[in-house]
Amino acid sequence: MLDWLGTIIQGVLLGGLYALFAAGLSLIFGIMRLVNLAHGDLIVLAAFAILSLATWLGFDPFLATLLAMPAMFAAGFALQHVLLNRALGRDLLPPLLVTFGLSIIIQNGLLEAFTADSRRLRLGAIETASIELGGNLAIGVMPLLTLGSAIAVVLLLNLLFYRTALGRAFRATSDDLEIAQLMGIDHHRIYSIAMGIAMVVATIAALYLGIRSNFDPTIGPARLIYAFEAVIIGGLGSLWGTLAGGVIIGLAQTFGAKLNPEWQILAGHIAFLVVVVLRPRGLFPRAED
Amino acid sequence: MPNGDENQLIELAQYRIETKTRASAILALAGVALVLIFAVRGLIQDLIFVFYMLALAQCWNLLAGYAGLVSVGQQAFVGLGGYLLFALTIGAGIDPIAAVVLSGLIAAVFAVPTAFVVFRLRGPYFAIGSWVVAEVYRLVFAQFKQLGGGTGTSLPPSATNEIFGIEWVKEMFEVRSPAARDIITYWIALALAAGAPLLVYLVLRSRCGLALFAIRDSEATAESAGVDSFRAKLGVYVLVAAATGMIGALIYLQKARISPDAAFSVLDWSAYVIFIVIIGGVGTIEGPIVGVIVFYAMQHYLADFGTWYLILLGAVAIVIMLFAPKGIWGYVAQRYRVALFPVQRMLVRPHE
Amino acid sequence: MLETRGLTAHYGDFQALYGIDTVIGPGETIAIIGANGAGKSSYLKAITGLIRAEPDSVRFEDRPIGALGAASILKLGIAMVPEGRRLFSSLTVEENLLIGSYGRNVAGIWSLDSIYGLFPPLKERRTAPSHTLSGGEQQMTAIGRALMSNPRVLLCDEISLGLAPIVIRNIYDAMPRIKQTGTSIVLVEQDIAQAMKVADRVYCFQEGRVSLSGRPEELTREQVHLAYFGH
Repeated sequence: MLDWLGTIIQGVLLGGLYALFAAGLSLIFGIMRLVNLAHGDLIVLAAFAILSLATWLGFDPFLATLLAMPAMFAAGFALQHVLLNRALGRDLLPPLLVTFGLSIIIQNGLLEAFTADSRRLRLGAIETASIELGGNLAIGVMPLLTLGSAIAVVLLLNLLFYRTALGRAFRATSDDLEIAQLMGIDHHRIYSIAMGIAMVVATIAALYLGIRSNFDPTIGPARLIYAFEAVIIGGLGSLWGTLAGGVIIGLAQTFGAKLNPEWQILAGHIAFLVVVVLRPRGLFPRAED
Repeated sequence: MPNGDENQLIELAQYRIETKTRASAILALAGVALVLIFAVRGLIQDLIFVFYMLALAQCWNLLAGYAGLVSVGQQAFVGLGGYLLFALTIGAGIDPIAAVVLSGLIAAVFAVPTAFVVFRLRGPYFAIGSWVVAEVYRLVFAQFKQLGGGTGTSLPPSATNEIFGIEWVKEMFEVRSPAARDIITYWIALALAAGAPLLVYLVLRSRCGLALFAIRDSEATAESAGVDSFRAKLGVYVLVAAATGMIGALIYLQKARISPDAAFSVLDWSAYVIFIVIIGGVGTIEGPIVGVIVFYAMQHYLADFGTWYLILLGAVAIVIMLFAPKGIWGYVAQRYRVALFPVQRMLVRPHE
Repeated sequence: MLETRGLTAHYGDFQALYGIDTVIGPGETIAIIGANGAGKSSYLKAITGLIRAEPDSVRFEDRPIGALGAASILKLGIAMVPEGRRLFSSLTVEENLLIGSYGRNVAGIWSLDSIYGLFPPLKERRTAPSHTLSGGEQQMTAIGRALMSNPRVLLCDEISLGLAPIVIRNIYDAMPRIKQTGTSIVLVEQDIAQAMKVADRVYCFQEGRVSLSGRPEELTREQVHLAYFGH
């Protein structure tokens, strides 16, 4: 019994990481309906940015992340402003191909700059520290921090969405682009700000990714699919939904791994397909769409 | 001039284009079929690659460009076709050519339940869903130890030495078994590459094609006009799965070695195919032809540059999408108003 | 103040407007009537920048604005109440109103309080999600949303569409108060009665052209019928 409880805890904690991967994607998909195939690679890019800052300036990863965040905001803003705003329109396909091209460029650019070697963000003892819960149960401090950060990110983003004028503008643009323009909202600027914010979230995700496991320039696409699954299961426009989606994928994967380590990823995908067949629009979609 | 005569004139003009295209196409095919008398092995391999990528591109184009089903999961059927070929030839001793066809048919059977799952989703959700389904196929096949599990397996020469017609080819062209096998593979690839656009053309000119155009314009309107959009989409999906399965079988007949990661690779069998179709021009039959030529040229001459080649590929994708979102052929066709394979039905206006 | 000269509009190959000349003076209320498909909505869309127009074909305070985009038009002080209300579905009533002043936040008569004064039912429903409102409440919210930008010109596209007569009367009862603030109002309507009652001048559109213009009291029923239907 305690054993299963441990599995559940592991699953929820893993879900926190996936929710962080997915939160930025949820933001962009919710506001501008952009299927960003480069999202996973952008997280990896952020991880390398943190690594570089940490190495060159001798900072620890947390501080390096804090420094990287404004830089990544600017990068996201510029990317949207220069490139992605031009590709967005009524069609699904051009943004798909543009973000695919971006994905390849980022991956191979990173390969050129950093080689294919595996990297890790080092924090010292806290990496493997854990909190004893009695019985044989222990929670890793880092996974707990990851989940905590995911919840904090969702809380902050919801605060932005529901309590600020900018957030209202985001939601209005997402609801009805034409009328939002009629209301004087410069949707291109809105999109650029949203992408900047998404990159900041991606940087936080990158921190926890890099601490938890090795990373190299090519791991982007695998992370991308979990992020998409979480976003879709959660439902369009709901960040809590995305968090729930991440947790569901995390739980499914952990239970799958418990049955047979080879089934971990498969279990996650099956869970996704089950939810999506029963609820094609996700668990917590917005009222209209 | 009354409307009737005008319609006839238009049809006549199109018919002329069609017959011209047909005549030159047949000549071209015959030429291509025989080029291998003089060709070097390397060229044959390259041409086989071009043919099966073209065939895959035409299939994806039918699915996404015409039926509006933007799938990022067609690699499921490529891998399925490949594994079925191995299973049928190694396990059941079936002749490889028959196995290719059979693989396609069995893949079509798998496509039905797959469709019931993925058709629950729309638009971008459908794209991601189809990708996840392909991943499920990959992970499931990695579990089958009989087919090599995660590391895969090879096709033993014994399976392909008895291929139908091999003796005839060996005599005709005075070659040994491996080369003869290549020649037959080449012909199969050619048949698929020529057959795929023909299939697309026939589907679009049929009633099903008309239904697809209607659905693409507005599904709700089409349904209210009596079009069963689910059946139309299911029909196309299964048909494309069959074709893709056959192509996958051919690919792995040629490669003679299969593994789940390679057979179900989203990059090789989706990303590059989508690149070819969109860069060439989605929603046109000519587009994928242009796209595959561009892709092959880039790969052939630049692949040695490794990461820089890939960066260039990504840059090409971005630049063309920003400046010619309809693809190279789409841009050319719009500017110069040409069509080699006219599939559009035109509404003729009476002269004012 | 706001005029169109030879305004034409196309949807792809289809031409909706064939050279529209209209003048809207400061503080005037203009009614635009006409049958379905006459081009009334296209006229408003061309003014607000939702469809393309020649730069000089729309002039505001003697400046050409025809080529400007929707967001810029609002910033000039031209606000639209779109056909079908088109409220933001995930925003509440109050949030819909607030977004009205996002693009153009200028001091003026209209604020949350004064809008609630104009349309008391909205105050009770201020935190309700907009998709739970009745048709009339939605229309009031849409008008309030446009007013929040304190516009110089208020364009109303078929605000009586789909509403019960008593609801329409309630909404039109608010028009005099809006007029008082000196805002010019353009009312595009299929339902002639209410619009003609509040309008200073009327234009009638027929198949993309102005078929009649004048003061409501000067026009006979026969003239209007002819201009409206073409026969």
